[in-house]
Amino acid sequence: MLDIKRIPPGAWIGLVLTGFFVFCAVFAPVIAPYGNAEIVGDVWAPMSADHWLGTDNLGRDLLSRMIYGARVTILIAVLATALAFSLGSIMGFTAAVVGGWFDTLVSRFVDLLMSIPTLIFALVVLSVLPSNIVTLILVMGILDSTRVYRLSRAVAVDINVMDFVEAAKLRGEGRGWIIFREILPNALSPLVSELGLRFIYAVLFLSALSFLGLGVQPPAADWGGMVKENKDGIVFGIPAALIPAGAIAALAISVNLVADWILNRTTDLKGGRGNG
Amino acid sequence: MADKPAKESKSGRLLDIRNLRIEATVYPPGEAPRNVTLVDDVSLTLERGKVLGLIGESGAGKSTIGLSSMGYGRGGVRITGGEVILNGRDILKGGRSGIRKIRGREVCYVAQSAAAAFNPAHQLMDQVVEAALLHGTARRAEAEKRAVTLFRKLGLPDPDNIGRRYPHQVSGGQLQRVMTAMALCSEPDLIVFDEPTTALDVTTQIDVLAAIRDAIRDTGVAALYITHDLAVVAQVADEIMVLRHGKLVEWGGTRQIIKEPRQQYTNALVSVHEIEHQEKKPTDHPFLSVKNVTASYGNGQVKVLKNVSVDIHPGQTLAVVGESGSGKSTLARAITGLLPPMEGSITFGGKELSNALSGRSKEDLRQLQMVYQMADVAMNPRQPVATIIGRPLEFYFGMRGKERDRRVAELLDKIEMGKGFADRYPAELSGGQKQRVCIARALAARPKLIICDEVTSALDPLVANGILKLLLGLQAEEDVAYLFITHDLATVKSIADSIAVMYRGEIVRYGPKSEVLAPPFDPYTDLLLSSVPEMEIGWLDKAIASRRMESAGN
Repeated sequence: MLDIKRIPPGAWIGLVLTGFFVFCAVFAPVIAPYGNAEIVGDVWAPMSADHWLGTDNLGRDLLSRMIYGARVTILIAVLATALAFSLGSIMGFTAAVVGGWFDTLVSRFVDLLMSIPTLIFALVVLSVLPSNIVTLILVMGILDSTRVYRLSRAVAVDINVMDFVEAAKLRGEGRGWIIFREILPNALSPLVSELGLRFIYAVLFLSALSFLGLGVQPPAADWGGMVKENKDGIVFGIPAALIPAGAIAALAISVNLVADWILNRTTDLKGGRGNG
Repeated sequence: MADKPAKESKSGRLLDIRNLRIEATVYPPGEAPRNVTLVDDVSLTLERGKVLGLIGESGAGKSTIGLSSMGYGRGGVRITGGEVILNGRDILKGGRSGIRKIRGREVCYVAQSAAAAFNPAHQLMDQVVEAALLHGTARRAEAEKRAVTLFRKLGLPDPDNIGRRYPHQVSGGQLQRVMTAMALCSEPDLIVFDEPTTALDVTTQIDVLAAIRDAIRDTGVAALYITHDLAVVAQVADEIMVLRHGKLVEWGGTRQIIKEPRQQYTNALVSVHEIEHQEKKPTDHPFLSVKNVTASYGNGQVKVLKNVSVDIHPGQTLAVVGESGSGKSTLARAITGLLPPMEGSITFGGKELSNALSGRSKEDLRQLQMVYQMADVAMNPRQPVATIIGRPLEFYFGMRGKERDRRVAELLDKIEMGKGFADRYPAELSGGQKQRVCIARALAARPKLIICDEVTSALDPLVANGILKLLLGLQAEEDVAYLFITHDLATVKSIADSIAVMYRGEIVRYGPKSEVLAPPFDPYTDLLLSSVPEMEIGWLDKAIASRRMESAGN
């Protein structure tokens, strides 16, 4: 079904870049020239043969920190997004299919969660709970799932009244089949486009949390945290803060290029065989 | 109106289409994109104040030709050759701004589905006068006055105030008439009617048809009337053009086409497609009895079924006839359990069925299958045909793998489609094929009863005919009973063993086919029967004169 020759150039760029970031994340200890917290030179040294991207505000090798940072950033963002989507879409679909008091209960609870600004909510929760990666992922995932819930419920309510769903109900199908086999494939298009966006919001949200000191704890750092560490250098014309910022941008674009391509394939009603 | 010098003289050539060629690019699965010719070398002329009927099955290019008279090509369709001369000039050479001056002023369009063509967020009056205001041919007060006159002429209720309603506040037949008023409001020279009555009930169609015909006659506008129903076009057109596969088949006066068609294809269209069907006598033991069922929406607020009782006998067909809103689809929903009846009972094979869907066993569900009107939305667009047909096999009989595939191939054979269709998606099937797949899905469960809800009304006459023959063939093979819901009496004649006529939620006439269709008739059955268009010039006047009651749609 998947023909390599038919992948458009935009998708190729996205796939290669995303693949590159994931490769860095997975093999960080192998490819990083220095350790994550190792002080190897002067503060904010310029780019050189030894330190390709220069050093950071404490004299650590920026390239190595970028590679380790990729690991933390992508791991947390991927898991938080995955949690948000599985939780949000399953709850949303179920609420749409079951309806009645269940729908009302879940929807009002989600409204309640959404009425509190996400960042403040996360700050309160994270300052109470022990700060480790698992809590971080759970908090980010659950907060984000409210958005996914709203979207998937809205989409599913529309699909739920279509004749083919009625036909499945008349056949006597259980809720599992209706949710996963009848509704999910038809709700995929809006969900995938939302996925690209939500993933990047997760990266930015993580950066914001780290910036406020409640995200990833030093000496480990995600890209957002590294922007914060090096931001003072910008005043002196030192580009160390721009590199992690650029990496976030590159990740955002490449993930969305891939998402767009998947979207094109999922919106096609001819099993990806038509329209090229 | 300085650029319309010929307006006053009611004769002369208005539209002259010469050697029209229209193409589009298609993207067939697994092949390189290629160009297809939709309309090939078609020429026609239309005099002022005359009506030309364009007729043919779907894909004949009739809408495409109709729209070309306003220089419009629908979604990716390109006019690649020929001339469209309107009021003495070639509009295809006028460029974008030239065409915009013509549309809505010299040529107007009446779409098939008025419900989809009106903007639901604006009042009717705003939409009716919009074209006249945009082209500056009338001031608002003047245009509104003209619109009210048109509403009155078209027989709309409360013509002075109907303009303040929104599209959802009027019925389908009324909306179609409002759309005709919209087209007439800017006083164009030509109106393109694109199947304006196809989506309507027979009883409503007759009113709309008469309104359109009188409006055309009184205003002296010329019209292209597109339809697949020859009997309808015979009532309004001066000349008829028969098209097939984008080519001209025959062109002549209405009387000549109907009485003495010269081409074989025209003859096939003209001759009535009646299927000979031997009526079966009802047995002593109906397997499904609906007894005194009353059903309603909104907790008893609106009663849509009132004390309805019918019986269905094994291997026979019960046709339920009535116009929209008569409760015939609700009867199906009550039988399937989707809408639990408030009162009454449904007995199936000797034991009483649970009213609600959730209370029925898998075996009960298997015995009752349903085929929907819109095959497009009745199949999951993300599932290939093999899954759509195969799922009931898996679900009810636990068939898997090879065994399932073999049965799917068998079923595809039964519906006269090859097993090559197994991995196609619904979007890759034609309308008739989709409906066949839906029938195969129902059949896969080996049911005792299939409920067919208007299964042929969205299809072309020739395709619908094929589906009916298929259903009859399958009934003989599988001994399955049908509950056949329709508003089309011609269909009923060819398939039913017994008939129930419904009107406003009640059964007004019920019995074996031969009895129901034999006089004396009650007023409603008479109205239904007399509303079926006949291929005869002047039928419309006769039918309207002899009507004894108004349809419920008015």
